[in-house]
Amino acid sequence: MLNATLKELSAQLAAKKISSVELTGEFLARIERLNPTLNAFVTLDKEKSLAQAKAADALLASGSAGTLTGIPFAQKDIFCAQGWPTTCGSKMLANFVAPYDAHVIEQFNRAGAVNLGKTNMDEFAMGSSNETSYFGKVKNPWNTNAVPGGSSGGSAAAVAARLAPAATGTDTGGSIRQPAALCGISGIKPTYGTVSRYGMIAFASSLDQGGPMAKSAEDCALMLNLMTGFDPRDSTSLEREKEDYTRDLDQPLAGLRIGLPREYFAAGLSADVAQAVEAALAEYRKLGAVTVDISLPNSQLAIPVYYVLAPAEASSNLSRYDGVRYGYRAPEYGDLADMYSKTRAQGFGAEVKRRIMIGTYVLSAGYYDAYYLKAQKLRRLIAQDFSAAFQQCDVIMGPTTPTTAFNLGEKSDDPVSMYLSDIYTIAVNLAGLPGMSIPCGFGSNQLPVGLQIVGDYFAEAKMLNVAHLYQKATDWHLRQPQ
Amino acid sequence: MIVGYFMSLTLADVKRIAYLARIEVSENEAEDYLRQLSGIFELVEQMQAVDTTGIAPMAHAQDVVLRLRPDIISETDRRGDYQSVAPQTEAGLYLVPKVIE
Repeated sequence: MLNATLKELSAQLAAKKISSVELTGEFLARIERLNPTLNAFVTLDKEKSLAQAKAADALLASGSAGTLTGIPFAQKDIFCAQGWPTTCGSKMLANFVAPYDAHVIEQFNRAGAVNLGKTNMDEFAMGSSNETSYFGKVKNPWNTNAVPGGSSGGSAAAVAARLAPAATGTDTGGSIRQPAALCGISGIKPTYGTVSRYGMIAFASSLDQGGPMAKSAEDCALMLNLMTGFDPRDSTSLEREKEDYTRDLDQPLAGLRIGLPREYFAAGLSADVAQAVEAALAEYRKLGAVTVDISLPNSQLAIPVYYVLAPAEASSNLSRYDGVRYGYRAPEYGDLADMYSKTRAQGFGAEVKRRIMIGTYVLSAGYYDAYYLKAQKLRRLIAQDFSAAFQQCDVIMGPTTPTTAFNLGEKSDDPVSMYLSDIYTIAVNLAGLPGMSIPCGFGSNQLPVGLQIVGDYFAEAKMLNVAHLYQKATDWHLRQPQ
Repeated sequence: MIVGYFMSLTLADVKRIAYLARIEVSENEAEDYLRQLSGIFELVEQMQAVDTTGIAPMAHAQDVVLRLRPDIISETDRRGDYQSVAPQTEAGLYLVPKVIE
């Protein structure tokens, strides 16, 4: 049952082979055993979870259940869930109980799914290793000395360790794909605008996007069906016809053109990762795909552009944390200005403050044109690179990360080194394209390697098809730690 | 034409930025920030090497326009719920320290 896919769980629940209460109880028990080591979950509430499970069982008995009714999901602690502490991995919100549900949470509730608990994450989604959380580091279930990746490290670790059948994550610069890669699971960041950001605590509004993290592409497709859809409360939510992301899963691949950007197979890519990715590409050729050399000439610029735009947007979004209406307030202060500056100095961690400072600087008078505006222009060039590439290929592939999971503490002293590890994922957010990561092997230290698949706008069904057929021909996605 | 160039950050810059960001920074912390931010800005300087004449800035992945809606009340009054998580309230108002001239 711990390894069952969402489809299998759905069938078992429908056939009354298991109840939602039993299923939820099993996962809660496993979490109790393993979470003290992994620290994947920040908040658990057995009573609430089991109450939801009981309600789901009633729906199942009455015959009015949906596909995912009764299935427990771990929710990244960036999604406001009414009545649940929603901390965003920060001291600033450690005491914040959300008074409303995010759109994504509403969708899960409406489907009769169960909230298994809130997962740990890098503070305010800023990080690539889940080492910046106020609630402590998350361990990689494959090697507890290694990072799980971030910022959705808790969700990735939970799925990899079978603490949850699936989880939600968010991705601003790679925060679904990179932890999925480092933990050996599947995750997809859909096209910008397809998943509503209402109630999803904002980091960088033009880049943030929520998405599924699960054991397979098929499971991700089922979750995307739930998570996507127009929401008038998010001004960037796109009005489009509802899609069934499972519709093309089994389409044959023959003739698929896979673009391989030469910039993604150059210096900086670890040999063991390159090897696993090359093996995956060989498998794709066996399935009938052809590979095409392409170039994304402005790839190198993605890092500086991202580390101007994201902090700039973050500095604006995080200005709301001032100790007035919710969240942390400094215990001692003089006047109002002092309250603000002490609250923010004490409530935010080091990486968050660093990024706010960068953002404030690049938006300040005299520097706005040289930094922020310049970055936005380069952003367009980066997006144009992808558009040109998609004239020559159907999907783009490459490694998700340059190395397998690094050790805890290895990069936390050098922010720039940490930032450089996002090299393959960041440009996808800048362009607003969909991107996913699926497991494709192991590195020299027995740690998982992820294959990144990037599609054109709204090509999720195709990408999931491409991933699904690979997962039918291989079993990397079925492997689990120890 | 605006020419961007990287003037080395100074401690005074760091303190000014900290003030704009409303984050209290001690003398030691200011020096740490100086070091870290200088490193990050060296990375960011790579942008200046690229010619972007005639390129329109891209704010958003999709070309969208802000939606309009009818000017009618669509929210319910949930002040009680929203204020239940506030540090200090009184009579439906948020309490903050006096702003001293």
